[in-house]
Amino acid sequence: MIRLLSGNEAVARGAWEAGVAVASAYPGTPSTEILEEFARFPNVYAEWATNEKVAVDVAVGAAYMGRRALATMKHVGLNVAADSFMYASMTGIEAGLVIVTADDPAMHSSQNEQDNRMFAKFGRVPCLEPSDSQEAKDLTIAAFELSERFDTPVLLRLTTRVCHSTSAVELGESANQRISKSANDESANVRMAVGQSAICNLQSTIRTFPRNPAKYVMVPSNAVKRHPVIEVRIRAVAEFAETYPFNRIEPGDRGLGIITAGVAYQYAKEVFSNAAVLKLGMTWPLPEKLIRNFAASVDRLIVIEELDPFIEEAVKLMGIPCEGKSIFSLIGEFDPRVVRESAIKAGLLPAALHVTLPAVDVGPLPGRPPVLCAGCPHRGAFYILNKLKVPVNGDIGCYTLGLIPPLSAIHSCGCMGAGIAVAHGAVKAGSSERHVAVIGDSTFFHTGLPALANVVYNQSNVVTIIMDNRVTGMTGHQENPGTGHTLMGKTAPRIELEPLVRALGVKHVKTVPAFHVDEIEKTLKEYLKLDEPAVLITEEPCALLPEARKRWVPLVVLADKCNGCTLCFRIGCPAILKSDELDEKTQRPKALIDASLCTGCEVCAQVCPRDAISFRPAA
Amino acid sequence: MKDTINFLLAGVGGQGTILAADVLVNVGMAAGYQAKQAEVHGMSQRGGSVTSFVRWGKIVYSPLVGAGEVDVYLAFEKAEALRNLNQLRAGALAVINLQAIEPITVTSGGQSYPDDDRLRAKIAEVTDKAVYVDGECIAGELGNSRAANVVLLGALSALIEAAGLARPELTPEAWLKVIEGRVPAKYVELNRKAFQAGRETV
Repeated sequence: MIRLLSGNEAVARGAWEAGVAVASAYPGTPSTEILEEFARFPNVYAEWATNEKVAVDVAVGAAYMGRRALATMKHVGLNVAADSFMYASMTGIEAGLVIVTADDPAMHSSQNEQDNRMFAKFGRVPCLEPSDSQEAKDLTIAAFELSERFDTPVLLRLTTRVCHSTSAVELGESANQRISKSANDESANVRMAVGQSAICNLQSTIRTFPRNPAKYVMVPSNAVKRHPVIEVRIRAVAEFAETYPFNRIEPGDRGLGIITAGVAYQYAKEVFSNAAVLKLGMTWPLPEKLIRNFAASVDRLIVIEELDPFIEEAVKLMGIPCEGKSIFSLIGEFDPRVVRESAIKAGLLPAALHVTLPAVDVGPLPGRPPVLCAGCPHRGAFYILNKLKVPVNGDIGCYTLGLIPPLSAIHSCGCMGAGIAVAHGAVKAGSSERHVAVIGDSTFFHTGLPALANVVYNQSNVVTIIMDNRVTGMTGHQENPGTGHTLMGKTAPRIELEPLVRALGVKHVKTVPAFHVDEIEKTLKEYLKLDEPAVLITEEPCALLPEARKRWVPLVVLADKCNGCTLCFRIGCPAILKSDELDEKTQRPKALIDASLCTGCEVCAQVCPRDAISFRPAA
Repeated sequence: MKDTINFLLAGVGGQGTILAADVLVNVGMAAGYQAKQAEVHGMSQRGGSVTSFVRWGKIVYSPLVGAGEVDVYLAFEKAEALRNLNQLRAGALAVINLQAIEPITVTSGGQSYPDDDRLRAKIAEVTDKAVYVDGECIAGELGNSRAANVVLLGALSALIEAAGLARPELTPEAWLKVIEGRVPAKYVELNRKAFQAGRETV
């Protein structure tokens, strides 16, 4: 059967068809949907881990147990998981281990556009790169086979345009289905049924952890013996890559040869219809003989790859002349136009192929930045932070949008979990101001906890606000340890933030309803007078959660009381509009509330000095 | 009839652009084309600009469409219609929804929203094949303004047909079959009417 699937759906499908038993991930665009999709298949276990490092360790544990395992994350998640990725390479596994990295060229929703193929080289780990959804499925399955054949983790590298583009996929059946059909077979036959591998299915009989410390305990005396093993291994994979069916030559005009991989392959095929192409499904290690032969068969060799000159540099190190980043940018993502216009500039294509843009001057257009939603529980605290004029060290999540005017209340934000420790460092460097760190509930569990422990242990007066909206918001409402539910829909113990923070030794902790603006202001002012760590937890479920939607009640502006003072505009709520009606005295537009957007959070009503915005009717 | 047809859908998060793109890519496949779709999720879900590409063709490689190569434009919102205008090929087919969603930079900031005269004048500089549809109003009269995206798809289907752009297999029924597979049963009738009403605007 053929179905249209996104690349993420195809990876989930491939993992299921490959018989993956355990999958763990932390949500992150553009990778999030992989685990959401995978969790819907029968007879699998999938979970949201607290962070990407934990996810990789969980997958490693399952793979040590002889079950195929998957960990997925966005590219920067692999930075968090790097330590685990590196030891997993050293130890190898008992059953297939695949780590998915979803890179984000052009930074559609990321803080950088790092090229994670570098991690493959760094860790002596093979890297597979699909270029569409069919390949995303096929290479996911192939990654498990490769992992088991060479006793190595495999990095499956996606990019945004593979993750979030949709194309046709031929569906197959699950390895576990194939196995259950032959339920009476000996386990050796089961192994045959699923490929080269060791045991990789739920029906496996092994239920004890391997006792093989020489392989799985990476103390120096064992590690020194493992290092040569992984160097030999990656050379063996390189040899294997020479005839790997996913590395293929598509013959063409010998004038120009193109080496390409990932979604860049699609642009190359679109733009250069006649060129010879070496399409690499495995981008680390590289098949030197295949590349050498291909290079010898063409007059001019170019590499078309997004981001870093990863293939290009390796080819040049082989002593093979080629061009790449001298023609195609290492910044941002490609599309057919980028590739074509760059090629015309380099003389690879005739200028006649240039596509002229309409070049209409459309005039000034209003910006449409992403903003905190109407009714967002983060808004009140940011309004107060802006009012208090304190430096705020922020973090990654919806609440990063506290940056956007008019709230303009975030002064640093680098990566998940950074804010608290950055604030601590600024204080230790003698900052003359009081620092506030802002972090969300999910991010606090991700990497905020150790940073807060550090504030307590090393004694700075950082005031931390944990904005607890009871969900992982920005990636589209995933469960986390504070929500009371798991990815698979089971109820779970809810880890309460306040006792947790107290247990770390923070003496000043208060949980305040996130819509109580005055109480947030009062508590913050009180904490800013102390010279000790303090934590304010603002609590209110995300306004977009189904339960919260049921409580929406739009408020109204009492036009006779409103004098157009504009104070309510300063909370940056998309539901507050400028009315056509001007105040007679001030000649400024009065406020108007868009009833279709307003949730009735009452932050504006509390901010209004003239009681011109109604509160919710008393319950 | 064109070998490859490049669509661009532009709107604001929450307007149903993603559902419309999903319908388009599936309609293309049902009509026997290779079909691909690409969009960006993430920050755009929080009220930001959203764009989606859909491509139909004999062979489709790239999921993205380069600027200047859009054949069919479906704009769900007026400011977004202008924002993406320079992506179009001259003379592209266009369905422009006459809805304004004022961003916060207008509602509580100092920026101004483009007026309809400018919208029409600028679009006319690129193409004379644009139709303007008040999708929310038409869908609202049918009982639910949220079916506006299906009104727009109806208009788009008629426009493609009139221009002879696509394969003859692409009948209104082929579109409806895909749409009906994507809406709850109780809204099937509403969506049929919305699609038909959209077709009648062309």
